[in-house]
Amino acid sequence: MNHNRRVLLKGTFAAGATGIAISAGLLTPKAVLAAWPKAAFEAKDINSALEASLGSSITTESSDVKLKAPDIAENGAVVPITVTSKIPNTEAISIVVAKNAMPLAATFNLGATTKGFVSTRIKMGKTSDVTAIVKAGGKLYSTSKNVKVTIGGCGG
Amino acid sequence: MAKSSIKVRAKVKKGEAKVKCLISHPMETGLRKNKKTGKLIPAHFIQEVVCEYNGKTVMNAQWNGTISKNPFLSFAFTGAKSGDKIKISWVDNTGKSDSTEAEMK
Repeated sequence: MNHNRRVLLKGTFAAGATGIAISAGLLTPKAVLAAWPKAAFEAKDINSALEASLGSSITTESSDVKLKAPDIAENGAVVPITVTSKIPNTEAISIVVAKNAMPLAATFNLGATTKGFVSTRIKMGKTSDVTAIVKAGGKLYSTSKNVKVTIGGCGG
Repeated sequence: MAKSSIKVRAKVKKGEAKVKCLISHPMETGLRKNKKTGKLIPAHFIQEVVCEYNGKTVMNAQWNGTISKNPFLSFAFTGAKSGDKIKISWVDNTGKSDSTEAEMK
């Protein structure tokens, strides 16, 4: 019994990313296209989160990426974020909050006809830089903005 | 049928659709504590939201607990026709899911 469990654990770790992808697929057999990248969302630092999610952590600052966020967020539990990308063939948009326990907030994979625009609301634990990262043509472009938080929204 | 957890509004203007959706979901990060018992509230958040139009995926969002409670999401895509339907579905980390179809105006 115990032995089997060991073997299973070892197998899972050895298979790495693929193993995680498959097990995620088994848990959610519905219309899930890309498996949820667990490693990316549980990463504690930005670089490893980006590498696991977008395949690279090298980003270039670009003024073609627009990040709309409040200067001061009174309530950290609801911070509206809008990202607009003017870069052609935008494939994915990620939102990263530098000082959150889990920096990667979201990755939006866009279809061919989808415009480089997403808007959502996120939680922020404390005052931090929010970075929008756009993936286009295999490269990453980013824009950051500092958002002041008066009441944190990530815990009790 | 129970009421859907997803509210969708989609408008088409000159072939460009702008979709807004609101999902009712607790979005627990797993880091928050129950104030009375001092125990951690288990994580419960939407991992993936998929939007399909004409059988093609136009947007696939991957989230974690950082997204606010009752998440709001807005995006836009081209090549849309008014009166067509879009399908939005989500899956959370406990394996629960929901989906809805909405007509674009």
